[in-house]
Amino acid sequence: MIRSRTASRRLAWPALALTIALGVTACGGSSDDGGKTTSTTGGSELAAATINGSGATFPQAFYETAIEAFKAEQSAVTVTYAGGGSGKGQTDLAAGLVDWAGSDSVVKPEDAAKFQTPFLYFPTVAAPITVSYNLSGVKALRLSADTIAGIFGGTITKWDDAAIAADNPKADLPSTAIVVVHRADGSGTTANFTKYLTKAAPTAWTLGTDKVVNWPAGQQAGNGNAGVAQIVKSTNGAIGYVDFSDAEFSGLSYASVKNASGKFVTASLEGASAAVNGATINSDLTYDPLDAEGAAAYPITAPTYLLISTTYTDAAKGAAVKGFVEYILTGGQSLAAEVGFAKLPAELAARALAQLEKVTVG
Amino acid sequence: MSEPTDPIAPEPLGGHRPPGRVVDGTFRVFAATGGALVLLILAAILITTTRNAWPAFADQGLSFLTSSTWDVVQGTFGTLAFTYGTLVISLIALLIAVPVSLGVALFVTELVPDRARRAVVFVIDLLAAIPSVVFGLWGILVLAPALTGTYTNVADEVSGIPVLGTLLSGDPISGRSFFTAGLILAIMITPIITSITRETFATVPRAQKDGAFALGATRWEMIRGAVFPHSRSGIVAGVLLGFGRAIGETIAVALVIGSSPQITARLFNSGDALSAVIANQFGESTGTYQAALIGMGVLLFALTLVISMIARGVIHRAERRIGTASA
Repeated sequence: MIRSRTASRRLAWPALALTIALGVTACGGSSDDGGKTTSTTGGSELAAATINGSGATFPQAFYETAIEAFKAEQSAVTVTYAGGGSGKGQTDLAAGLVDWAGSDSVVKPEDAAKFQTPFLYFPTVAAPITVSYNLSGVKALRLSADTIAGIFGGTITKWDDAAIAADNPKADLPSTAIVVVHRADGSGTTANFTKYLTKAAPTAWTLGTDKVVNWPAGQQAGNGNAGVAQIVKSTNGAIGYVDFSDAEFSGLSYASVKNASGKFVTASLEGASAAVNGATINSDLTYDPLDAEGAAAYPITAPTYLLISTTYTDAAKGAAVKGFVEYILTGGQSLAAEVGFAKLPAELAARALAQLEKVTVG
Repeated sequence: MSEPTDPIAPEPLGGHRPPGRVVDGTFRVFAATGGALVLLILAAILITTTRNAWPAFADQGLSFLTSSTWDVVQGTFGTLAFTYGTLVISLIALLIAVPVSLGVALFVTELVPDRARRAVVFVIDLLAAIPSVVFGLWGILVLAPALTGTYTNVADEVSGIPVLGTLLSGDPISGRSFFTAGLILAIMITPIITSITRETFATVPRAQKDGAFALGATRWEMIRGAVFPHSRSGIVAGVLLGFGRAIGETIAVALVIGSSPQITARLFNSGDALSAVIANQFGESTGTYQAALIGMGVLLFALTLVISMIARGVIHRAERRIGTASA
């Protein structure tokens, strides 16, 4: 076939552009080799690696902040976190699709069998789940576990109900109908909230606990914590469970909840830390701060963990994962408060760091 | 090479194959491959989703379809409430969209002056280009709150009337309801139905239309007598496509339907739909729960299939009756 000169000329420009583009990407691959090795762990600079994670969206804001700060210290390591929910994180790690996973909940025994390599739990942060409400004229609402169970279970339908009045002797409650807001999507926040109710109000709460429960008809549902917050904020008489950072962001009022020691504690990072302090830590470092003992403990505090495999065959990846977890448990802890999470008590963080030795690399 | 002599393109004296033959053959291969690929992908989707959903079907049995209790904690997965929601909002969408689309299509083909036609068509097609999630956001942030008052007023007005009173009633707390979802779906499927019916109306033979006018028909009588009978299958095809889109629409519905599974005739109440539940709950699902959600996808697939087959049967029967049966 005779190639016409116009045809070859037409190919020339795209070919040139392609070559230039390839050249630029090839040269631009290596970023700054950062001369400083100021890592708080005092360890050496890590080799280049990319470690991918997925899982719980509850602590996502904290992990993303920690990833950014970690990148500044260990520039050769790229960490990604895809979110997608605790369930997705667990299944991804079980299938070996990710190097680390975030989960708000403990892996069920039947799912634990599916993991190719055994894994360890590393607690990272904790955060309160607020019971946010929107009721004109009522500022400091106090609620006990049984009352919360009644409201969300649909048995208490008006704000001036006797149970709510008993919790708030000094408040002037209107007779508005209660609009309950729950999560439309499957969520670790729902799981922890319902777990708290099962624990603290076992007779009053009948719907069980899971990421999705069979809520009574006639309630409102929002997508994500932000969705619930939006509905609560725009509806008078609404009440819903929203995680602390979203409640603060939306400017919602939240109730003080009666804890196991009988005190009404408002949702705060200090209350969350007190709850973690009052919880029993299991040997695998999982713990349950829900309805914890302690006068200052906020009873609806949710834990979250990192799931890390016990062995990493890829040396660079293994070292990177260990370095990242170490950072979260040391320097990263100070970042928690600015994104609305409570850092771990020093003793628990130390135990987690010690557990990191069990992760073998190579 | 013992090929029979082709009278149209006989073998040239040089003995080379004429380029037309080669291209023809290649085209046939490509087209066949394309068709086979589509069927293959369809079959693959059906087989893999059914396989993944099988644990839920086996575990729940027929109650998967007939029970309205969706309780993850207890392990009961009944999808009746969701099927009801999907069908109800799709029906509302069709009831609102079909007359509007037919009206717009007629307007464009019969009434609009030639010069304005392109502009009108352009604007309508623009509606189809708006992403679904934008509709959903507009729905929860603008439409739902704005309609809350309207719902209360309408409910008060029709409260006495027997059937209508029950239908147009409910608890419009945030405006998220079956009706709002149906309304948004109607807006989303109007461009599709309009464009297909518009194309069909444009193919009506000029002679039939002129004949109707010659017999003294008014414009509306001409449309009823010449345009509609000719376009029957086209209209049904358009409605079917719109219905298919309405059934499968996920994000917009998930945001405005209220996510409160219940079977109720009150259209201003919140509800839930198959596609919305899958989107909302898939991320945090495992085991049988996840299989049940995949099963709902299979259910959607089956629903669309059944409805298209019914519709095609209806068209075929109608066309046979008026003597213009097509394949």
